[in-house]
Amino acid sequence: MGQESDSSPEEQPPPLPPRPARSSSDANANAQALQGQATTAITPLDIQTLSFPDGTRGTFSTPNTRPVSTPGSGYTSPSRRPSNSGLEADDGASIMSFAPTMRPAGDIASLLTSSLSRKSAAWNSLKLQSNVQPFERHQRGAHDRLAEFENEFAPLPDETNEFFKDDERLALWRSKLKQYMILSSAGKPIWSRHGDLNLINSSIGVVQTIISFYEGSKNPLQGFTAGDTRFVVLTQGPLYFVAISKLGESDSQLRVQLEALYMQILSTLTLPSLTNIFANRPSTDLRKPLQGTEALLSSLADSFTKGSPSALLSSLECLKLRKTQRHSINNTFLKSRTDKLLYGLIVAGGKLVSVIRPRRHSLHPSDLQLIFNMLFESEGIKAGGGENWIPLCLPAFNNKGYLYMYVSFFEGVSGEQATAPAAAVGQPVDEEIAMILISADREAFFSLKQMRDDVAQQLAKNGSLAIIRDAARAGRPSMAQIAPGSPICHFLFKSRANVQFCMSALEPAFGQLVKRRRLMTAYHELHAATHAKNAHLKVLQCVSDDATSLAWLTPTFELYCIGGPNLSRAAMAQGANKIMQWIKREEQRLFIIGGGVF
Amino acid sequence: MAEAPKPSSSVKLVLLGEAAVGKSSLVLRFVNNDFQENKEPTIGAAFLTQKCNLPTRTIKFEIWDTAGQERFASLAPMYYRNAQAALVVYDITKPTSLVKARHWVAELQRQASPGIVIALVGNKLDLAGESQGASEEAEGEDGGDARKVSTEEAQSYAEEESLLFFETSAKTGHNVTEVFTAIANAIPETSLKSARGPGAAGNANRAGDEQRVNLSGPRDAGAKDGCAC
Repeated sequence: MGQESDSSPEEQPPPLPPRPARSSSDANANAQALQGQATTAITPLDIQTLSFPDGTRGTFSTPNTRPVSTPGSGYTSPSRRPSNSGLEADDGASIMSFAPTMRPAGDIASLLTSSLSRKSAAWNSLKLQSNVQPFERHQRGAHDRLAEFENEFAPLPDETNEFFKDDERLALWRSKLKQYMILSSAGKPIWSRHGDLNLINSSIGVVQTIISFYEGSKNPLQGFTAGDTRFVVLTQGPLYFVAISKLGESDSQLRVQLEALYMQILSTLTLPSLTNIFANRPSTDLRKPLQGTEALLSSLADSFTKGSPSALLSSLECLKLRKTQRHSINNTFLKSRTDKLLYGLIVAGGKLVSVIRPRRHSLHPSDLQLIFNMLFESEGIKAGGGENWIPLCLPAFNNKGYLYMYVSFFEGVSGEQATAPAAAVGQPVDEEIAMILISADREAFFSLKQMRDDVAQQLAKNGSLAIIRDAARAGRPSMAQIAPGSPICHFLFKSRANVQFCMSALEPAFGQLVKRRRLMTAYHELHAATHAKNAHLKVLQCVSDDATSLAWLTPTFELYCIGGPNLSRAAMAQGANKIMQWIKREEQRLFIIGGGVF
Repeated sequence: MAEAPKPSSSVKLVLLGEAAVGKSSLVLRFVNNDFQENKEPTIGAAFLTQKCNLPTRTIKFEIWDTAGQERFASLAPMYYRNAQAALVVYDITKPTSLVKARHWVAELQRQASPGIVIALVGNKLDLAGESQGASEEAEGEDGGDARKVSTEEAQSYAEEESLLFFETSAKTGHNVTEVFTAIANAIPETSLKSARGPGAAGNANRAGDEQRVNLSGPRDAGAKDGCAC
């Protein structure tokens, strides 16, 4: 790794001397220390004032009684500087932390009223800017890591390209913001997201040496930081997974991503066969048995790099449908069920439309993530057309054996055509509708196919297919529809009970790859701060010079929202409450509650 | 109902061969007359249907396009069981793929139904430099000759084992339809008769087969009825 680094000065090899600016290792250390303090700054009273009891809508018209405390400078993260937008001064932290938590809300409110009203002139002038979109003013140039994000997924030139020398290709490889590597404990490379394995073989050797050094001393390496790059290691039996990120994700978030890659491998091989392979020959080259799944690993990795709310929240997204419509789809589905069926799913553009399952089994989000990745992110299945019969292991369901999955994409509303040739080739990914039928019986293809034809015909006849199609086409609701007039530009909401999430439309503000990544980075930071060990945060408002963000966690839900810079706490809280009202109202449409059970 | 009712029968056909020789591309060309560069590997197997019109009858191919990776090999019997035809595909630029093809042929001869019609197909003819039939357009782009398996070698092997033999290009479409037409012609009448019975097209599972007869839609059902009398 090190030898070539001298040759090209503009690249950033990991072991740089600390920069004059705040280095991320410092920031991490600080974050750890300061988060503790910040936690004490959040009083339970905050929650009391923010959470609204059922039915009391619109009681928060007086912004002064809705303070949202911020740990302020207590929360730092590598890519975010402490705010200098003037909000720190009136940050409730110090006041709140002195306020005895037992006091009734009114007292605190009066305390804050005075402190807030003193700033009102400044607030008013700030409010004039409040329609600024988030991330408009992000730093450009050397400090903006995402400047090159557009090229993140561009393939490296391969060996046959004589315009690039090896070290130039290595430099390109190193310029990627996110890397994933999988290797065996014997040091055999298995898969890497960027760069062919010949090119990066020496780097893999270094990684293996470092990891096995710590393994040898019975003190497994979890992760380390080099310059602005975070390395996170996950060891699973004979396999090492490494994530290398310059995107400012937390260790636990990266670890979840590595777990997902491991799940993908298990889904291909099953745990017993993986164990067997290495028990017999520890030096086995796993590339052979995994042949053909590289694209699945890559599309999974890329969805993390782009920023996947589903992976961040470990939950699923459903297609928004009226309760009665979903009910009728479920019933149609259940009526045509064959006894070979284990799980049945209808999915539109990666969003769950309907699920039927046996009473005693539920589906795990991480398994569904693998299926959705296979169907909607990678081209393998869609491109072939026709119907598919796929042996796969759903590791969270049972990592020991294979299930068999029938997949067919809908084409045309008629539903009469049994096969769906060239399904969805011309359709945008968000509008593709697939039926997935899973059985434990490898011979069940034709009975599942029959079931699919029956269901498809019924759905077409009773208009449900058209409803699904319209809902898929309509996409996610925009913030203007959800909370008109609210300064919040985007939100993520996870219903913990249903293990499902919903969010507002990404377009137009976050439609582009880079903008979307900025948004997702902000969410990752909020999520990391609120999920850090010992951070019993309930509400967190985070202010930076390019966005204001708010996280609100309760035992039943998690809400994350982002607005433009310089938004007042009151405005954010009010926006969050509006969103919550909307979600309460639409809950039955946004989430699948129960689903079809047989 | 476009054309006059001709006797119509279903033929179960399976594609076998090493990974990345172009099995799915051949099927895609045959079924949709389409081609995709850098197609991602098939996972498991894909099931497609396509009709093939012969002068005297219509053959409805029920095609099982299997994945070539080694780990799926154990599932192959499920797909070739009761198959009336098999397409064993190799890549003319990759000698090991012909070795693998020979293995498949041997396995089919040993384990598949006795009357199975096997076609050996050398794909990626567009990568061969020499002027081979209709691949003129392709040879322009690729100057060099990437062919590693000679026509004679494969042909003589095919004759030994009495297989149909073709060299194709899924990319240009050269010879693709011809393969399927030749198979359709080679299927013995007797085997077609039995194809109408429940066990026939057969595969795998009894219940499934019975149900599958309903699938083919009104037109096929009509045709079959007419023929069965």
